[in-house]
Amino acid sequence: MSKALNLVIVGVGGQGTLLASRVLGSIAGQLGLDVKLSEVHGMSQRGGSVTTCVRMGETVHSPLVEQGGADFILAFEELEALRALPYLKKGGSVIVNTQQILPLPVIIGAEKYPEGILTRLRGECETIALDALPLATKAGNARAVNTVLLGRLAKSLPHEKALWHRALEETLPPRFLEANLKAFEAGYAL
Amino acid sequence: MKELLLGNEAIARGAWEAGATVSTAYPGTPSTEITEELAKFSEIYCEWSPNEKVALEVALGASMGGARAICCMKHVGVNVAADPLFTAAYTGVNGGLVLIAADDPGMHSSQNEQDSRFYARSAHVPMLEPSSSEECLLFTKKAFELSENYDSPVMLRLVTRIAHARSLVQPGQREETPLKPYEKNPRKYVMMPGFARGRHVAVEAREKRLLSEISALGLNKIEWNDPSLGVICSGSAYNYVKEALPAASVLKLGLVYPLDVELIKEFAQKVEKLVVVEELEPFFEEQIKALGLPVSGKEKTGLQGELFSRKLGQLFGAEAPAGPAETPNLPQRPPVLCPGCPHRAVFHVLRKMNFVVAADIGCYTLGALPPLNAVDSVVCMGASIGMAMGLEKARGRDFAQKTVSVIGDSTFVHSGITGLIDLVYNKGNSTVIIVDNSTTGMTGHQPNPTTGQDIHFRAAPQLSLERLCEAVGVQSVKVVDPFDLAALEGILKEETAKDGPSVVIARRPCALLSREKKPPLRVKAEACIRCGACLRIGCPAISMGQGGLSIDPALCVGCGLCAGLCPKSAIEGGTL
Ligand SMILES: Cc1ncc(C[n+]2csc(CCOP(=O)(O)OP(=O)(O)O)c2C)c(N)n1
Repeated sequence: MSKALNLVIVGVGGQGTLLASRVLGSIAGQLGLDVKLSEVHGMSQRGGSVTTCVRMGETVHSPLVEQGGADFILAFEELEALRALPYLKKGGSVIVNTQQILPLPVIIGAEKYPEGILTRLRGECETIALDALPLATKAGNARAVNTVLLGRLAKSLPHEKALWHRALEETLPPRFLEANLKAFEAGYAL
Repeated sequence: MKELLLGNEAIARGAWEAGATVSTAYPGTPSTEITEELAKFSEIYCEWSPNEKVALEVALGASMGGARAICCMKHVGVNVAADPLFTAAYTGVNGGLVLIAADDPGMHSSQNEQDSRFYARSAHVPMLEPSSSEECLLFTKKAFELSENYDSPVMLRLVTRIAHARSLVQPGQREETPLKPYEKNPRKYVMMPGFARGRHVAVEAREKRLLSEISALGLNKIEWNDPSLGVICSGSAYNYVKEALPAASVLKLGLVYPLDVELIKEFAQKVEKLVVVEELEPFFEEQIKALGLPVSGKEKTGLQGELFSRKLGQLFGAEAPAGPAETPNLPQRPPVLCPGCPHRAVFHVLRKMNFVVAADIGCYTLGALPPLNAVDSVVCMGASIGMAMGLEKARGRDFAQKTVSVIGDSTFVHSGITGLIDLVYNKGNSTVIIVDNSTTGMTGHQPNPTTGQDIHFRAAPQLSLERLCEAVGVQSVKVVDPFDLAALEGILKEETAKDGPSVVIARRPCALLSREKKPPLRVKAEACIRCGACLRIGCPAISMGQGGLSIDPALCVGCGLCAGLCPKSAIEGGTL
């Protein structure tokens, strides 16, 4: 089961977590592995917390990554990274975009956005924090935050870069490809 | 080559391969993508029906007319379609008829977590349940075959984790199924008592025949392993069992109704301990207990929510891996009305006016959450108008003047119309607000009869809500732009004071669809007195931080609602 890889991708509805999971699905396809993705459609996509799971390996039964099961958590937002932390396996890593998106209970002053999230994460596991938005914007598409994060993930995984490029080509509409390839490289270079 | 398909996409693919030519549905999570996918196939007539009852009736008519037809809905949709379903079980089919029911254990996007398997049992229609996208495709094709072989509608049950999971599928070719001849056959299709009695006999006979041929169907299978624990399961539970209890012997049921009693008995005999692992109700467990077999399950797994591998492992004594501890009291992140959403304006006014609000199901249900807190009840699609009527009949005419119902355009057409007829006919006085955002927003912007577009977004006859309400007998029908807060408030004041029912159509397109993009607004820091008036509408783009009030330019769509509420005109840019 050494080829098995479990990822949890978390963020806020509308941030593009589904695209990231599909790129990973394509990676699994190219490696000839069994793969399952669990996606969120429906109500939570209206700005709620969203969790997408990606699992690949020889044989995958459940589409879900559960507590203590993730090799990586790819977080599009800090609070969501902290919320997802229990999914992480011992020795796993968190790749977190340092954006903070205030949830409504915080906006209206009913609750507080936690402080020191990165410190807390660093105390628990290998934490790779990056500010993906400016990198995505520089690459030509502010919505390519997901691809910057994937670029950083790719650096932590053994697969060849060509595999990732092909996965992006398979997954993205051609007109977005160029900016996303740049965004990927920006993440990879970190 | 294998493709990575959603369960829902695989169902659509299966129906296409099976030669289906008619597809009907009303949207509902987690079933919606099946029909959106089916609409891409040019060989299949597809429609969004006004509701699930109509959808099933159209599909049944298509089947009677000799076509293979598929009809898709979420679990609560089956409640709406239950009337035709129970009698379609009697008429049986001509072309194959498959009904997809998508359950939502854990209520990711639903108002309850009812278990559709009971429908199959009480209507006496066979039901299949897939565990993967591959099975979604294969079982859909199989369902059409069974439907024609046994002259019965066939149900296929999904749960969210199958419908919305992607896994590898080997797609095949489409096999055209020629239209079957149509013959008038009142004894089969006119269900009045004399004929229906005959059909009830047929229902029982076909179920017996199916049971006698059940092992040849190849839908149920035993995976022998260590006989000390034998697990009976289906669907998503099968995946969790394989993951959590890899050593156990497993009887996987692909046909969840009727049950393969002989196979279950054989399995029970050969294992030392027999358990059922199923989400929601003890559907298998109770039937197996009734066979006199010693079995357990629900005492461990419970009736609520989803199961998951880890929980299952723990219940059966496996060591569960642990991750870092959960951080207590993290702020929740519930779904919210989008920036620029026209519903926000309506709820702002309703809360200000302190109305009792019987609301309905759609994006506008979110008006119940803080800070709007403007909603008193939400039950099921269409319930709002009847609930307001009941409140009036219980508490009197004066109470009706403080009560409004709020219902979306799609929901009104789905099942609000009959409530409005009741309000008129039985002399109610409350005011109905139709929040018309010109789309079926909650489920992902499907067109509906009020939008003037069909499922392919091509022009279609447009239902006029105003004329419909007038035709029903409502004397006072008003149309207002909800962003004109003063007008909305004025109209509501007038209409609720009037005798007799009123309808107020609050019309403004969904912010996600509207083409006019306005520049984001800005806060004039020197003018802001931090009173918080703008925060009380719950817009995710506005927040109060250490440095004062700010508007996130990435989120703000410049709708101007907040600017209109500011007593110091401290929010600038954008106009109403
Ligand atoms: C019987 C039933 N069918 C389908 C659904 C799923 N569903 C919930 S709300 C909704 C439609 C909402 O559209 P609309 O009333 O126009 O309001 P909007 O979301 O656009 O504000 C649907 C299809 C349901 N809850 N119950």
